[in-house]
Amino acid sequence: MRVKLKIWRQKDANSKGAFVNYDFDGASPEMSFLEMLDALNTRLIEKGEDPIAFDSDCREGICGACGMYINGYPHGPVKGITTCHLSMRYFKDGQNIVVEPWRSKAFPVIRDLIVDRNSFDKIQVAGGFISTNVGSAPDSHAIPVIKEKSDHSFDSAICIGCGACVAACKNASAMLFVSAKVSQYAQIPQGKIEAKERVEAMIQKMDELGFGNCTNTGACEAQCPKEISVINIARMNREFYVAKIS
Amino acid sequence: MSSFLGSSLTKKIVMAFAGLFLIMFLLVHLGLNLFLLSDDPGPFNKAAHFMASNPVIKIFELVLMGGFLLHILWGVILQIQNWLARPVRYKKMAETQISFFSKYMIYTGGIILIFLIIHFVNFYFVKLGLVEGDHENFYGMAHELFQLPGYVVFYLVALLILGFHLNHAFQSAFQTLGLNHETYTPCIKFVGLAYSIVVPAGYAVIPLIIYFVK
Ligand code: FES
Repeated sequence: MRVKLKIWRQKDANSKGAFVNYDFDGASPEMSFLEMLDALNTRLIEKGEDPIAFDSDCREGICGACGMYINGYPHGPVKGITTCHLSMRYFKDGQNIVVEPWRSKAFPVIRDLIVDRNSFDKIQVAGGFISTNVGSAPDSHAIPVIKEKSDHSFDSAICIGCGACVAACKNASAMLFVSAKVSQYAQIPQGKIEAKERVEAMIQKMDELGFGNCTNTGACEAQCPKEISVINIARMNREFYVAKIS
Repeated sequence: MSSFLGSSLTKKIVMAFAGLFLIMFLLVHLGLNLFLLSDDPGPFNKAAHFMASNPVIKIFELVLMGGFLLHILWGVILQIQNWLARPVRYKKMAETQISFFSKYMIYTGGIILIFLIIHFVNFYFVKLGLVEGDHENFYGMAHELFQLPGYVVFYLVALLILGFHLNHAFQSAFQTLGLNHETYTPCIKFVGLAYSIVVPAGYAVIPLIIYFVK
């Protein structure tokens, strides 16, 4: 299988990047997109060229490390999957594929397709936690949680923090990520204690870091590999207003 | 408190409330405009006079101006921040499944602002005495304008754009205010869609009737 790739190459954060064309005939339909890039990199190394830098870790859709903007979509054109799960059989033989890093002021490019997603960590550090006593594991039923609530909390918690929402949003807004992280705690008793401080601190940090403002376009929800709903954003807004007026 | 006033969410809630207020006002204004269809200028001019002189309406007018200013000001500030948030654009962007008109709010808003300025020069400034005209006969002035084919076309185009703006605005305001619910949100979206069609259409009927029938 042959693909005509146009890939963003950038030496480091301070260099000017540019697109480089690769006509690559070593792909096969059963490869994942990352495996195809691995194969291309092997070829580049054999030729004595610099391999293309990209992030990946688990390669099974759970860590959120991978992520690139493929033919106009974060994580590629297939709904509900990460780049590592994107299979080459979704592309046609001979297809042109443009590969870019996430574009956002808050996610500067470090090299080629790798961006610095530390901003998400900073938001998490600002409030994405609960305080609890460490030591032996607590009794499993010491705090009763309504099943429906714990399910909803889990639906928010499956966010892997890959940054596709920011990449997809025309405003480069991080609202879907932040709202998922606020929501996972907001719906269970363990998270209630610090609820007010959490939502205020996380939103303040998000604003400081230079993410854009949400205009409710819904692109984040449409492109999220974990299909996190914008209902989370409405919930976070409620949490924020309640925190401010109470 | 400063973290509250400076927060992006606060700006958005201001946008949403001001926007919803303006949406309500559109309905009141449409109600008045329908008097233009009467052959007798009396009812419309009386209503316009009442709107211009009643002290309660005067307060309402100030709130309305504030609503316009806040909505425009925050809209522009938020948009500039959003442009700055992505300094390097994508080479290739695909159509994602999003509310179509949401992508063009700043542009549709800009066109509505141009319409608003012209509308102010035509009527509101006359009332204030800044522009010459008979402020006791807005009926006659409106009828004169609606005889000009250029003005009618411009008016209709502005209304179409207003419909596009409203299409996203209504449901978006509710989402911003934190109201998103499995059962109610589809209803809100439906009401928003219906409003964005019916209200501009209601306004559009008036110049069409005056131009073609009267
Ligand atoms: S590499 Fe872990 S999600 Fe793709």
